[in-house]
Amino acid sequence: MTHSKFQEKVVEMKNITKVFGNFVANENINLTVHKGEVHALLGENGAGKSTLMNILYGLYTPTSGEIFIKGQKIDIANPNIAIKHGIGMVHQHFMLVEPFTVAENIILGMETTKGLGVLDLKKAINDVKQLSEKYGLHVDPEAKIEDITVGMQQRVEILKALYRGAEILILDEPTAVLTPQEIHELIQIIRNLTEEGKSIIIITHKLKEIKMAADYCTIIRRGKFIDTVDVSVTSEEDLASKMVGREVSFAVDKVEAKPGKKVLSIDNIVVKDNRGINAVDGLSLDIYGGEILGIAGIDGNGQSELIDGITGLRKVESGSIQLHGNDVTNKTPKEIIERKISTIPEDRQKRGLVLDFTISENMVLENYHKKPFAKNGVLSHQKIKEFAKELIEKFDVRPTNENAKARALSGGNQQKVIIAREVTNDPDLLIAAQPTRGLDVGAIEYVHKALVEQRDKGKAVLLVSLELDEVMNVSDRIAVIYEGKIVGIVDAKNADENTLGLMMAGGGETHGQS
Amino acid sequence: MDKAKNSKLLSMFSGTFGFTIISILIGLGIGAIVLLIAGFNPIEAYGIMLSGVFSKPKYIAYAIIYATPLIITGLSVAFAFRTGLFNIGAEGQYIVGALVAALTGYFFNLPPFIHVIVVFLFAATAAGLWGGIAGFLKARFGVHEVISTIMLNWIALYLNNYVVNLNGFKKPQSEASYEILNTANISLLSEWKLSDAGREWLSNFPFLADLMRAPVNFGFMIALLLALIVWFILNKTTLGYELRAVGFNKYAAEYGGIGVKKSIITSMVIAGALAGLAGAVQVLGVTNKVAVLAAMEGYGFNGIAVSLIGANTAFGNVFAGLLFGALNYGGPKIQSGLQAPSEVVDIVIGTIVFFIAIPGFIKMLLTLRSKKRGDTNGR
Repeated sequence: MTHSKFQEKVVEMKNITKVFGNFVANENINLTVHKGEVHALLGENGAGKSTLMNILYGLYTPTSGEIFIKGQKIDIANPNIAIKHGIGMVHQHFMLVEPFTVAENIILGMETTKGLGVLDLKKAINDVKQLSEKYGLHVDPEAKIEDITVGMQQRVEILKALYRGAEILILDEPTAVLTPQEIHELIQIIRNLTEEGKSIIIITHKLKEIKMAADYCTIIRRGKFIDTVDVSVTSEEDLASKMVGREVSFAVDKVEAKPGKKVLSIDNIVVKDNRGINAVDGLSLDIYGGEILGIAGIDGNGQSELIDGITGLRKVESGSIQLHGNDVTNKTPKEIIERKISTIPEDRQKRGLVLDFTISENMVLENYHKKPFAKNGVLSHQKIKEFAKELIEKFDVRPTNENAKARALSGGNQQKVIIAREVTNDPDLLIAAQPTRGLDVGAIEYVHKALVEQRDKGKAVLLVSLELDEVMNVSDRIAVIYEGKIVGIVDAKNADENTLGLMMAGGGETHGQS
Repeated sequence: MDKAKNSKLLSMFSGTFGFTIISILIGLGIGAIVLLIAGFNPIEAYGIMLSGVFSKPKYIAYAIIYATPLIITGLSVAFAFRTGLFNIGAEGQYIVGALVAALTGYFFNLPPFIHVIVVFLFAATAAGLWGGIAGFLKARFGVHEVISTIMLNWIALYLNNYVVNLNGFKKPQSEASYEILNTANISLLSEWKLSDAGREWLSNFPFLADLMRAPVNFGFMIALLLALIVWFILNKTTLGYELRAVGFNKYAAEYGGIGVKKSIITSMVIAGALAGLAGAVQVLGVTNKVAVLAAMEGYGFNGIAVSLIGANTAFGNVFAGLLFGALNYGGPKIQSGLQAPSEVVDIVIGTIVFFIAIPGFIKMLLTLRSKKRGDTNGR
């Protein structure tokens, strides 16, 4: 393929292969990035994107293959060598010292001194100011990391890389933690950087952002190189089918909701977080049968505490929760489950599964003590396995071995185990907290279908997600949560991203319940 | 080439069992170096130890008797560990169990067999409550069980010394209690084997006669039975499911409706009862009394190592306990055989135990070299 716009090659990875034991994470992958180009690296989870970038950044040594930086063959044995050759990486989870200021974090490890080891903070602050003005990365060098927003922290990470002379910047899932507005700002920053001749590699599985920001896109599937395409002439559907290896439908296929009776009624509840602060602060909400109510909001506005409060995992300090008109406030988790509220938890590995249990054992996490799985306190492993086999087949869990440890499953299949278990409980209210986090397109499609199916059976579904697209596509009504309160409820059909985004950030008009 | 050899070595010993064997060999090797430095021939020393355990039926019987309480305290530690709790308190629970066994064995007047059952019930209950204190403190106030059980160990020690010194229980001119009644004794034919008829009959069977010279008792059978019970509870019952779920992931257990706090208390009660039974078995089968303790005897602490070696499984504990019993019984024979100071012998035994208890460390060493190249599953 010939790149017309971009001539000068800055990164060439040739025939990169990386083997872990028997597992081939990368197989003969080629990647070429030019000066001033935004290159997206697309693939499902576990496809090998991060492995490839970790090789480029010197965190892994390739089993075979060569890397050329600006035409020069380089053995990148560790990140220091990568940094020396102008490669910078912003990890998905930021690596910042929270009580330090922005400037202190940026110069960390490369401190400017006045000699004799005395820190020259003034020069550092000036350097950071200059750098941030040059690229339009607005930060306050003297603010503490713990006091600034996530979007701002990301800019600090980018500045950190630039301060170290990065010419090639790797961004690992950079939009995962940002609000829609912040995503637009990030894309603008990326444009500024490429105008200055920097090259950007974005690791992502979000097609929309590739279309918005990238020039070229390299697709990897199961460790293999699939294609490098010109983004401007490739549709999202094409990108998705190359990534997954089959046709994918984006639109969540659903008919008009037929809301039924009120199932859950939350009245003015207050729930504290671990620090003792009112994370849910006087929240009221009604959910009806036959509808999916989506909760949109930026992370940390009380979503987790709300779910913990409903499911009995956290104490409700005041207010009440009623299910079919019966009070279920502060019942034990067991009682809540018995009353037919099931949850797909936010953190599937922490809450949803016992990773060291087998698939069968996990399938009965809530029902292990009931017939036919147990009698007089003695388990029937036979019955449990039969049940698990049935669900594995019905919900297409892979591997199909019911004796496999949950730990050995991919994220998507772990989620299938949880969905199988929770849906089989036949709940009146299904709570789905971030049900597609970290899943690939195929698995997301599956989860969304499962939620709509429950809705169509007349169940109430409460969807809590940090992905605004997901909330907008799947929900029938959208409630926006901000600082522990519902600041507005809109019909999903009339919702637009900007209004929701503003509400999520605490601005905008308030309508509906508050 | 080196790489290929390395990974072959790895696959050969990838199992826990393989690593345990390697660890034992390394332990013996380093023990040998210690012996060499101290000026003793390690081959000779290990020879004495081996023949000291296996050359006579009596020796084997002794090694098993030494192993019995360790198997049971090991089960106690393993049981708690499977629930995510670190029971350092097996020592104190053992002391409480032994003390209550001696009290009920001496003061209660009951028919044979029934007396034994009653003693076991009392000892298990008392030690179970003792362990339960730590469980309650953790569940209710978040006190870490390691801290509370260490303190409970000392309280148990001094409680034992106080009770042993009480009038009516302390045997005059001794630093110990009265001996338990014969009805509570679990020794195997202890009177018959010393009687004329017994001696005469046994003289026809030299193997049995030699075996019976050791204080043979039902303790080992009880230990095996307890291992079976522990295995059954953990793997076959809803209680075991709950406890294991809490042990692996208390957040998921809580979400699934399992009472995490209740599980913590239950687990510590059962672990305490097990360690208490170890003490009771020792009193009813071997010592027949309890003495004033100047220091911890170490049955509970050794149980921690036994549990580690046995990979926290019920039957792994039986083998680990036997290994420990053999080391504890055979090791000191080096002292008399070679005139080696007991400290050297203790260092050798300690070294072996140290290496057996850290197969994870050995595993890490073996995998480290090939890691960077990505030969192992280093994702």
